[in-house]
Amino acid sequence: MWEAIRHFGDTYLMWREGPLIWGSDVLILLTIIGIVFALTYLKKWKWLWREWLTTVDHKKIGIMYLVCALLMFFRGGVDALLIRTQLAEPNNHFLDAEHYNQIFTTHGTIMILFMAMPFIFALFNIAVPLQIGARDVAFPYLNAISFWLFFFAAFLFNISFVFGGSPDAGWTSYPPLTELGFDKGPGENYYLVSLLISGIGTLGTGINFIATILKMRAPGMTMMKVPLFSWAVLASSIVILTVFPALNVALALLLFDRLFGAHFFTIAQGGNPMMFINLFWVWGHPEVYIVVLVAFGVYSEVVATFSRKEIFGYKSMVASLMAITVVGDVTWVHHFFTMGAGPDVNSFFAVSTMAVGIPTGVKMFNWLFTMYRGRIRLTLPMLWTLAFIVCFAVAGATGVMLAAAPADYQYHNSYFLVAHFHQALIGGVVFGMLAGMYYWWPKMFGFQLDERIGRWAFWLFNIGFYVCFMPQYALGLMGMQRRMYTYPADLGWGTLNFISTIGAYIMGLGFLFIVVQVLYSIKYGKRDVTGDIWDARTLEWSLPSPVPHYNFAVIPHVTDRDMWATLKEQGRTGELRTAASDIRPIHMPNNSARPFLLGVCFFFAGLGFVFEWYVLAALALLGVAVCLLARSFELHDEHDLSADEIRRTEALSGRL
Amino acid sequence: MSIMTLERPRAHGSAEAKTIEYSQPSESIKIFGFWLFLATDMLLFACLFATYVLLHTHTAGGPTARTLFDVPGFVAETFILLTSSFTGGIATYEMQRQRAKSVAVWLFITMLLGLAFVGLEVQEFIHDVHIGATMSRSAFLSAFFTLVGTHGCHVSLGIVWMAAILVQVLRWGITPQTARKVFNVGLYWHFLDVVWVFIFTVVYLTGMVM
Amino acid sequence: MDRRKTRRRAGQVGLLAVAMAVLLAGCSPEYMVLHPVGPVGWQELHLIVLSTVLVLIVIVPVILLMLYIVWRYRDKPDNKAPYQPHWASSKVLEFIWWGIPIVVVGILGAATVRTTYALVKPPENNVKPLTVEVVSLDWKWLFLYPDQHVATVNYCKIPTGVPVQFELTSDAPMNSFWVPQLGGQEYTMPGMSMRLWLQADEAGTYYGHGANFTGEGFAHDQFRVVAVGDEDFNSWVNQAKQSYPALTQAGYAKLKKPSVMGEATYSAFPKGLFNATVWADGGQYMPGMFNDVPGGKPDKAMSDGM
Repeated sequence: MWEAIRHFGDTYLMWREGPLIWGSDVLILLTIIGIVFALTYLKKWKWLWREWLTTVDHKKIGIMYLVCALLMFFRGGVDALLIRTQLAEPNNHFLDAEHYNQIFTTHGTIMILFMAMPFIFALFNIAVPLQIGARDVAFPYLNAISFWLFFFAAFLFNISFVFGGSPDAGWTSYPPLTELGFDKGPGENYYLVSLLISGIGTLGTGINFIATILKMRAPGMTMMKVPLFSWAVLASSIVILTVFPALNVALALLLFDRLFGAHFFTIAQGGNPMMFINLFWVWGHPEVYIVVLVAFGVYSEVVATFSRKEIFGYKSMVASLMAITVVGDVTWVHHFFTMGAGPDVNSFFAVSTMAVGIPTGVKMFNWLFTMYRGRIRLTLPMLWTLAFIVCFAVAGATGVMLAAAPADYQYHNSYFLVAHFHQALIGGVVFGMLAGMYYWWPKMFGFQLDERIGRWAFWLFNIGFYVCFMPQYALGLMGMQRRMYTYPADLGWGTLNFISTIGAYIMGLGFLFIVVQVLYSIKYGKRDVTGDIWDARTLEWSLPSPVPHYNFAVIPHVTDRDMWATLKEQGRTGELRTAASDIRPIHMPNNSARPFLLGVCFFFAGLGFVFEWYVLAALALLGVAVCLLARSFELHDEHDLSADEIRRTEALSGRL
Repeated sequence: MSIMTLERPRAHGSAEAKTIEYSQPSESIKIFGFWLFLATDMLLFACLFATYVLLHTHTAGGPTARTLFDVPGFVAETFILLTSSFTGGIATYEMQRQRAKSVAVWLFITMLLGLAFVGLEVQEFIHDVHIGATMSRSAFLSAFFTLVGTHGCHVSLGIVWMAAILVQVLRWGITPQTARKVFNVGLYWHFLDVVWVFIFTVVYLTGMVM
Repeated sequence: MDRRKTRRRAGQVGLLAVAMAVLLAGCSPEYMVLHPVGPVGWQELHLIVLSTVLVLIVIVPVILLMLYIVWRYRDKPDNKAPYQPHWASSKVLEFIWWGIPIVVVGILGAATVRTTYALVKPPENNVKPLTVEVVSLDWKWLFLYPDQHVATVNYCKIPTGVPVQFELTSDAPMNSFWVPQLGGQEYTMPGMSMRLWLQADEAGTYYGHGANFTGEGFAHDQFRVVAVGDEDFNSWVNQAKQSYPALTQAGYAKLKKPSVMGEATYSAFPKGLFNATVWADGGQYMPGMFNDVPGGKPDKAMSDGM
């Protein structure tokens, strides 16, 4: 008995691995105890279940995505600081190779798939239905499933560090390094299984938002009147739909190799690792556009609002979004110019990659000329947008430099590349997500995030960013490869690495300021009583903050692109406040526990596959089947919200 | 009625012109969503086909396509599946005429044909494994079992789904909701048929000719 | 408000200082990519410089324009700058900024394509090239000299002024062969034979490293490229043949096991080792690949032994 426990502890809980694991164990335990205690003490269990875990309301799902994204931002950030601490000086032994490899792998995977993705989905959910005048997304139930699949996939991925070991072959997970012959532990399985589960959820979200935007717009809102953020979401969803199947296939085949002895990507029995790399990047490069297009959408909203001006060149903006969507799908080979594809292929993909810069450049100019002859207010969302323009201009520039294939032979796999994609993803995506968060925060919660603390966070994060990543460009030119856990002293890389580490810590401090800002603002933040705290332009700002769960008491009729701005300008805002007699009962989707349970089942199925406990996997998959069948036999999944109740709610916010 | 019905009468034209599965916006949007799903599923198969085409000569000294494939077997599978697509089509046709009993009968026939197809495929796989042609024998076989097996899993899931819908049609008759379900499962079934036509050509025919 | 402006200005000065520091530091020899010693590295450096200049021509005005606009159109009651909330399109302006990036991409694209094609040819046509076969292993580099019949581990001797055709493969997870001062990298991949032309015009010892992550020992996956004069090279070959042991099949099997090791020299190696390795790891499914590889397809007996 004791022996069995010890064996379990050694194999799965990795008790022998030292303080890093013990520390994580204690932290996780404390967090769980804290949460359970708080919920019990405040008698919030029922509230949690009814209002959140079973909800199908897009606004609440959006908020849950946001909370998860911020938590994962923290986890990925801690990983980043561990990496930078290890690299602060040559020949450092703060981490050993094994842990370092695990940490840079989880850092990359979490930041892309469990931070950036939920962050964009948060904004999808919070803004899109409100912007286009819809009651909810097209498939609210599927929306909840998508969330819970993401949630439990992220959970599965995160427990790997303290339960069996994390993946350690990089977020790109190239075989044959990730095949059983070279990588035995369960870590790689964790990577494959959790990404597969969240990948299924992501496909659901893509389908959902394409259907929502194409089919559920308010009457009168033609495609050329759709706000640019929703256009961006449409573009992003189209990319999701086109490329996520490729990722899922790549992951599944590698999983077959590892679990069932298949030979897709092994170097024995005729496997071909190159196929994985192609499938992976067919998804991997467009993935960048999936996240950055959404950020572009945020910038378009923010720039127009805080310049008090229509967006400049709306049609160009739409055209460039679609151009990026299409061209972005044929650039993936630039991730392996150095894999001997030959000059014809390399030339084609070099030029196609540079060509993505054209529509992106056009967007830059359009944002600038939206501000031109406007009235610019330097609020937090606007500050992040301006920081983005500077940062992304440089990222785009280095991106074009990297696209020049022969030059890439020198940048590839070096810190120059690392600096470039961090600049594109932080400067492009993180800045955009933060801008979006600050922008729609009052709409979600009914209060504004404190400006003063926010500015501290902004400057710390920005200065930290340049201090951290500018030296990395230089390190790349000095020949430093990415993913080395340590480096010798005689190459002169020490000083710049040390500066870079300082920058990383300043960024970490910036993040802490955001946390403080949120906590402070919950109590002292400026309350939003008008619903239109920014004097903004699109329909979501015509609603009270926070928005009632049925969104619009009566669906508006749209005649203009910036509908709300036009109504305000012409003094017609009253048109959106309906007479009590016009209000009719609304059919609302029922809450359901099934999406949550489905997530739980997928979690256990995933765990079963990770450790090859097939009985567990089979039982859990049976659970999935039961959930799906139960849904199929559900006859009524909607209820009526009575006109009286709507009138009451509207009256409460003084809108009748 | 649903959250979509009140505000969206314009999206789908007049109700009279539509068949029953499209008669309500809340149902017709689900058909649209299902088309989007089929698009992703098609891309999934496209990736598997690409993998198969790349690896189909990588036999590592093991059985080749030519030695492995059994002509009567896959020809029979093809005819059965094509026929089931036809009977599935009749089920949809009968649904649009609101004949619940008839829909049930045709769905049942389709399911039986589907079961026969899956049965033959399982038999083929068992035979292959018996002669040592397993997934881990060569990259070709990994790709073969994965591509054809993924299709087979799709068909099996389709049968379970169809059974659920059959029960619903018998219990609730042809309502806009059940009509939409019959329509979607029909789409799914035709889609699998198209995929099979590609498997027949790319895997089996090409394998025999080479 | 003034405080904010000062802060922004301080930020700009800081940025400028960082940029200057990077530029100045670029002159130091530690910036290997900026100090090539062979024609391949030089061609790549030219492209790097051209692309840097081109993108700077675009982004510097954009950033300056942004700062100007933000200042000029700030939302202050006393701001006299024009305010036109409905001015939202201009065919001429949009034509210009669809045009600028197209021109830039056109110029850079042309230069890129030219260099891409140039680099698959030997950098020098009048000198007989040297062929070196490179096998990346966990975590070491094996260099085979098919014409000299010697082999080394973790260092590679080459003559100066002679174009070197590196034939690359891997008998372990894929890696990437990178000697920054000679030129850009190329992957080593199991089952494939990849080509990379490099040439050193100055004698010296150059830093090389596996550039693609290969697991636990990756950080120690370092090697040296030593460029020496022709005569020194020949005498080194002779010396290697006389005073070192031969690499046997068994010895190769031992090298293949994951480990980190120092340098080694071998007087001989099994004939056709490189091609047999490529063949066994998957090259057999791409027989065309061997057509222009010296030695061609390995004979069966050899590849079965792999």
